[in-house]
Amino acid sequence: MRSLYRTLGPELTRSIALVCLADALVGASYGAISVSSGFPLWLPMLLSVVVFAGAAQFLFIGLLAGGGSPLAAVAAGLLVNARHLPFGFAIAEVFDRRRPANHRRTVEEHAPSDSREPRNWFRQLLGSHLMTDETVAFALAQEDSRRRRAAYWASGVALFVCWNVSVVLGGLAGGAIRDTDALGLDAAFPAVLLALVLPSLTEPATRWAALIGVVIALGTTPLLPAGAPVLLALLGVAVVALFRRLRAATPTKEAPPSAPPGDSAAASHHESAEYVRGERRKS
Amino acid sequence: MSSSMTLLVAVFVLGVGTFAFRVAGPLLRERLTLSSRIESLMAQLAVVLLVALIATSATLEGDGFAGVARPAGVLVGGVLAWRKAPFVLVVVAAAATAAGLRLLGVP
Repeated sequence: MRSLYRTLGPELTRSIALVCLADALVGASYGAISVSSGFPLWLPMLLSVVVFAGAAQFLFIGLLAGGGSPLAAVAAGLLVNARHLPFGFAIAEVFDRRRPANHRRTVEEHAPSDSREPRNWFRQLLGSHLMTDETVAFALAQEDSRRRRAAYWASGVALFVCWNVSVVLGGLAGGAIRDTDALGLDAAFPAVLLALVLPSLTEPATRWAALIGVVIALGTTPLLPAGAPVLLALLGVAVVALFRRLRAATPTKEAPPSAPPGDSAAASHHESAEYVRGERRKS
Repeated sequence: MSSSMTLLVAVFVLGVGTFAFRVAGPLLRERLTLSSRIESLMAQLAVVLLVALIATSATLEGDGFAGVARPAGVLVGGVLAWRKAPFVLVVVAAAATAAGLRLLGVP
């Protein structure tokens, strides 16, 4: 425990505590809203343990309370939670002690990872269940893999405990905390994620992909069910990759002014070689 | 209102489905050996997803516009984060801005 704290440092520990506090207030309002909508207390409690995803839980209760069918509520919840699939690929290394990650080409600390260490199923299954927007953002914001692991697990366990306890308390308290908007919490959450994501937006390619993704998500929201627009935003990455490929295939100076500047790290070597030689002619 | 049994089944179906989404990445990544290029692409996908989530949750409520107070709060928080302000200040300022504007009657 103490070594975990030493790895995290005071600032990250404070940040996690603060997010826990904000989450607890939202959890309490979730419990209160569920119970005052006429549902038994066990329903929000069970959802919080089994699903552990705020947005999907609110949507599930909201649809049922509005007279929707359980089938529709499950479908909507699954659609909103589908984003955990790409999240899992991005942070898989926090569950795997055997293979250090280098997604930011960080120098691995002195302890070499033991490739003979048996695969820890329990850690992987438990750790996957703690995957939320906040824990993924906390993990991605860290520089080296040891801190990434520590941040993920610490924020995951803390949030799981805070969320579940606060849902019970809110359910018991009834209508005490009905309006988290009055506290500005609805603005706090995007701000939390933004603060955590900013360090990852250093590369131009990522920035362009994110920008295109935002335009896609905002533009398709009125047309699609909840959860789908955010998933569609992933096309931003494809657009940038495609653009790169096209520009690589036509090494002329006809690139439109809005051309995203390619970063050399991701440019394939044959592309840059052709660029240098400039020997391809347009047929 | 659905019966308790129906609700119970619905919760577990949603729970199992969500867990499947969560665990697929870590389990499949074990089987695959990915190039560093693919690995950085995975990280990029996650970042794009988070940014889209930030944008939609900051500006929209359901299908409509979320008003002025919330995006204003997020914007204040974002500027502070960009200026490397402490995390606590970012969060508190975002919430305080939105709450203060609503107190003044701004939606």
